Amino acid sequence: MQQLIYFIRKYRYFLFFLLLEFIAFNLVINNHSFHKSKFINSANSITGGFYNKTTSISDYFQLNKENSELSNENLLLKNNLQKALQVLETVHISRSIDTIQFKQRYSFINGRIEKNQYASYHNFLTINLGELDSVFSEMAVINSKGIIGITEHVSKNYSRVQSILNTNSKINAKLKNNSYFGSLTWNGSDYNTVQLLDIPRQAIVKIGDTIITGGMSSIFPEGVPIGQVINIKEEATIKRVINIRLFNDMSNLKNIYVIKDFDKEEIMNLEKSSNE
Amino acid sequence: MNKFRIFFWSILILLLQILLFNNINFSQHINPYLYITFIFIFPLNKNRFVFLFTAFIYGLTLDLFSDTGGIHAASLLFVGFLRLSFIKLFFKKNTIDYLLFNLHSEAFGQVFNYVVTITVIHHFVLFSLDNFSFHNMETVFLNTLYSSTFTLVLYFLGSYILRKKIT
Repeated sequence: MQQLIYFIRKYRYFLFFLLLEFIAFNLVINNHSFHKSKFINSANSITGGFYNKTTSISDYFQLNKENSELSNENLLLKNNLQKALQVLETVHISRSIDTIQFKQRYSFINGRIEKNQYASYHNFLTINLGELDSVFSEMAVINSKGIIGITEHVSKNYSRVQSILNTNSKINAKLKNNSYFGSLTWNGSDYNTVQLLDIPRQAIVKIGDTIITGGMSSIFPEGVPIGQVINIKEEATIKRVINIRLFNDMSNLKNIYVIKDFDKEEIMNLEKSSNE
Repeated sequence: MNKFRIFFWSILILLLQILLFNNINFSQHINPYLYITFIFIFPLNKNRFVFLFTAFIYGLTLDLFSDTGGIHAASLLFVGFLRLSFIKLFFKKNTIDYLLFNLHSEAFGQVFNYVVTITVIHHFVLFSLDNFSFHNMETVFLNTLYSSTFTLVLYFLGSYILRKKIT
């Protein structure tokens, strides 16, 4: 017993160091599994509030660019709306059911990025939407040009988004001109390029093809733009890697939309019951 | 340097790290990690519990802001633990000298060795934990090389410019 006490006294700093190092390693490991880092994330009110204050200053420097981008998006949406109205006018609905008028699967919540990160291997963003804005975990985050990530940790006013530029991220994606799908990952090297894996060998992929999200997951709706094929490595083998240039410039993001899926709960329940 | 000034400089450097140095992203991965200055300005003491604990909390605060789990805490704690052995190695100091020890009153060659060793070890631990796998080890080495050069240049410039104010 005395020897044990002597041992602890002799190595007390080293043991204390080991204890703290162990805690730190645990936090690192937790940070790598989706949804597990409860304490150390930037979605809490202190860090979120801090970033909120600082971005509200730095935002002034990009107002011109953001305005023109938003106006471009408005232009696109207005033109699409006119097209849709044209189509609707040609369809004659003889009997209108009340629920059809109010049926909506996706709704969008607009927000702003408080902290952008793209230089690490495991990038996370902080957005100014939280539980009070009815944003919850595992919701899609996009902007006018393409996908950005998935919400992970949600506090009252802020949430942390796992960026697509995270080596742990895996998103269902497909080719726009046919329906072969694969999974979208990132190898950590270039923040403008992501990789599409697991596309079947028989699928014909050409350089310049557009990649969009597939509807296989209950997070992203189908058809959100992702990027363009820039080159294909190891063509016609099982290890084929398709490099994709993102439409988004991930180093320069501001306004975002979080997508709320009203049917998500139903789909989840259905999948759960069929698994049993 | 009294306690209040150490506190003030530590907070200032932390804020600079969060707001400025973390966002430089020179050729995507290269950032200066100047918050390591904390290791150099914290006074030496025979009782190391306070220092180890503050180093851990200091790194953890940075982790909180930069969403990195615990890599800054782990790496800062690591060099914090090794600090005393390096001081014994490079400056030949004993427990009695700790109270009056000051980096600015030491010879530049020794200070240079000490600062470079600690910075390179810190950056290597940091980037290995950030990478979190045994793939891409060459990028870890390259990042360590470039980022520590960046940090060291900024540190020596800063300590030269502010040498009258800090001491």
